[in-house]
Amino acid sequence: MNKFHRYLNHPEGAEANTAETSPTTTRRGFLIGAAGAGFTLAFFRSGLSFAKPEEVVKAQTFDPTIWYHIHPDGRIVVNIAEAEMGQHVGTALARIVADELEADWSKVELNHVDSDPKWGLMVTGGSWSVWQNFTPMSQAGAAGRKALIEEGARLLGVRPDECQARNSQVMAGDKSISYGDIVSRGNLSRTYTEEELKQMPIKPPSQRRLIGRESRALDIPKKTRGTAAYGLDAKVEGMVYARPVIPPTRYGSVVNSVDDSDAKSVKGYQQTIVLKDSTDTVPGWAMVIADSFHAANKAADRVKVDWTAGDTADVSEEDILDHGRKLIENPDKGAIMFPDDGVDEAFANAPDVFEQDYITHSVLHIHLEPVNALVYEKDGIWEIHTGNQWQSLIIPVLAKALGVKEDQVIMRTYMLGGGFGRRLNGDYAVPAALAAQQLGKPVKMVLTREDDTRFDSLRSPSYQRMRMAFDDKGQPVAMEQHAAAGWPTQVMAPFFMPEGANGEPFDPFSIQGAAHWYSVGPHRVRPISNDLANATFRPGWLRSVGSGWVNFALESFMDEAASRAGKDPIEFRLGLLKAEGKNAGEAPNSVGGASRQAKVLRRVREISEWGQSMPEGTGLGVATSYGQERNMPTWTACVAKVDVDRESGQVTLRKLTVVTDAGTIVHPDGALAQVQGASLWGASMALHEGTRFEKGQPVDRNLNTYTPMRMGDVPELQIEFIDSTEKSMGLGEPATTVTGPAIANAIFAAVGVRMRAIPIKAEDVRKALQA
Amino acid sequence: MATEFQVNGQAVTLDIEDDTPLLWALRDELDLTGTKFGCGIGMCGACTVLVNGRATRSCITPVESVGNASITTIEGLDPNGEHPLQKAWVQVQTPQCGYCQSGQIMQAAAMLQDFPDPTDEQITSVMSGNLCRCMTYVRIREAIKLAAGEMNGSNTGQASVAGGATNE
Repeated sequence: MNKFHRYLNHPEGAEANTAETSPTTTRRGFLIGAAGAGFTLAFFRSGLSFAKPEEVVKAQTFDPTIWYHIHPDGRIVVNIAEAEMGQHVGTALARIVADELEADWSKVELNHVDSDPKWGLMVTGGSWSVWQNFTPMSQAGAAGRKALIEEGARLLGVRPDECQARNSQVMAGDKSISYGDIVSRGNLSRTYTEEELKQMPIKPPSQRRLIGRESRALDIPKKTRGTAAYGLDAKVEGMVYARPVIPPTRYGSVVNSVDDSDAKSVKGYQQTIVLKDSTDTVPGWAMVIADSFHAANKAADRVKVDWTAGDTADVSEEDILDHGRKLIENPDKGAIMFPDDGVDEAFANAPDVFEQDYITHSVLHIHLEPVNALVYEKDGIWEIHTGNQWQSLIIPVLAKALGVKEDQVIMRTYMLGGGFGRRLNGDYAVPAALAAQQLGKPVKMVLTREDDTRFDSLRSPSYQRMRMAFDDKGQPVAMEQHAAAGWPTQVMAPFFMPEGANGEPFDPFSIQGAAHWYSVGPHRVRPISNDLANATFRPGWLRSVGSGWVNFALESFMDEAASRAGKDPIEFRLGLLKAEGKNAGEAPNSVGGASRQAKVLRRVREISEWGQSMPEGTGLGVATSYGQERNMPTWTACVAKVDVDRESGQVTLRKLTVVTDAGTIVHPDGALAQVQGASLWGASMALHEGTRFEKGQPVDRNLNTYTPMRMGDVPELQIEFIDSTEKSMGLGEPATTVTGPAIANAIFAAVGVRMRAIPIKAEDVRKALQA
Repeated sequence: MATEFQVNGQAVTLDIEDDTPLLWALRDELDLTGTKFGCGIGMCGACTVLVNGRATRSCITPVESVGNASITTIEGLDPNGEHPLQKAWVQVQTPQCGYCQSGQIMQAAAMLQDFPDPTDEQITSVMSGNLCRCMTYVRIREAIKLAAGEMNGSNTGQASVAGGATNE
């Protein structure tokens, strides 16, 4: 659970607290044991039968969840506990192992594991996977290489120090033996203590053969042939189909009556049941059961359910945002993220104070595969077949809903038809499980797009207030950021909330990106939970979570502050990015500190058209970020180029130039794909997406009115990575956080109006131009 | 009512409700799950198949309307899954989550019949009906050009690729 303990101990993330050393109290070792034909190589808790690798291998009590198996035919199967949702995570992780193992990459295969609790915490999000697994994966590969060399040397009749491993072979002079033969003929059984593991000879970057080289993602071929299995494709003999009838409010709706008389003429319709949910995950849900999805879908439109609606039945987007503003205006609300001594004095004494408010509206996930689940009971075990990003979070809820023990619930793994954070919240498995239990038969539940949208764990609207104090020379001397939004972690995983400096707990994900690396004097960051948002919908983690709104306000404001100080937006930022004091950076995660953010910013200035004169109505805007967490900084900078039509207010995004320093890049093409997708996601949220609440529900329900970026909207993309051998950081999200503010700042450069809310609609730009 | 049609070259007869969308007939009756459900209103393109060679949104196409038609799904585009578009999709490393890609490939296959050497404008206008939530649009365009080049027997579609790779 070290990912979350980092927050608990160091919410600002400034202190050294690395993925390798953080708070696992159990010591771990590494073992190699015979298993069937071949050998398994795995981590284990060193309290367990240290002397008998075979027993640990048999029990599969591995921790952390990293293990691989070498077969006598030379195949190397790397097990992956992370969800595959398009980031090609298995490929990246397997290449880290294979590189140290000196494996023949063409013999490497992936196996995505199920949710058995013995695999430990299973969560895929926060762009953590590579950052967190790099060191243990390298150690696992190196330990395997060492054992294979020792055993290969014995079989070849030479000394280990005469041998080297390469391409799944151990070689000594003109003799060689393949890994498959070593596994067949030798005995690799070994254990390594934690100390021995730390001494493993990890190769220097110059000797890497797979990491950082081009490769094809192993999950891709099936995705071109229609043979990759997603949750929607799961089937079992004897299952019935279900589509829910979703109540008028997310919480608190009570079913008074169900009238299915009009549904009875639908061929294949069976019945409608009202779910009894002790976990309050899906209160007020009815489920329409039928022989086919078509029948369930059609019948659900004809079933009339009468509810007494919950309290939020009239809540609007404006209500939520107004509530956020009022919370900000009450100084007693919220958490103070880290000590902020001197902020009040600095503001009180400043000759100039600048303040500005920013809004981001609700954003839907629209993962293209609507949420669904197949659930059935077999031999006392509840089988949950669905795509999921955070198995460990939902299994206890499923167990409670079903009234069984957690070890009686198992989640099977499927490809995700888009994750983007929606499937961190596995709430959609609960109604399928309840229906399967109530009916005593397998239930395949599929939500329509409209159902999925109403039930989305969407990105909360946010209201933010930014303040900066300047001295008489126009230099920033203090800064504040106040951010009110719905908090997913408070609603779904409150045990992961750290305490702020004022003792108030806060959702670390909802304020990510605010603990910036600008030297601006005393700094106050105040995250506030918007309780009206939390009551109206279940706030979700959505690609980059809080930094999506936090960085929109921060980087829009930095641009406005630059204007106020009469400086070029990039020069102004560079002047504040000084690698000193708390912004100096620390090994291993943030070596170089603010200087690396300055470097990506200078680089984006060099390769974009920055400083060149633009035609009337065209402008360039900049934004930068360290990503989400100070101890996992992905240094990112973006220049956006837009055209603005003064008549209509229409904004056309011409080009995005993005420079990223994410340390060592494991899978370069996968990294490029992530930054391409993330950049366009950010642009899509800024210009094409966004919805609003009306009567307690999002008004946009499907793609007829909710309009993510399409091919014709795609700008020219220029993406560059800084060449680095520093520690690997996350890549799935940071670029989403820079494109929005860069676009807003480019609009200002083009036509001189500040757009302080996203999405930016043509109508709003036109009005601003006329004002 | 029973509906007869051909799927991937094989004659099938389905005795299901006439208004059943072709999508669910393919997925649930014929086990051809490569065709995906995204929006149910023909706006995302994940369900795209070929009906008599024309790209068709199967989620809004009742089976009764395809009687005697010849239908091609992603599973039948090429017997070995190596249609030039499929090869190009791997070469360019187009898919991320992959969920929309069957529909993208089927839409592109129909387009290349109409425009064997499509311009950027033609690609944009034909492919804009297919949503990719992972936003792999840049690579979809690149892969289409690569496949078109191969199908035309020229090298002009050669893409500068990323995954141009070492492991195959």
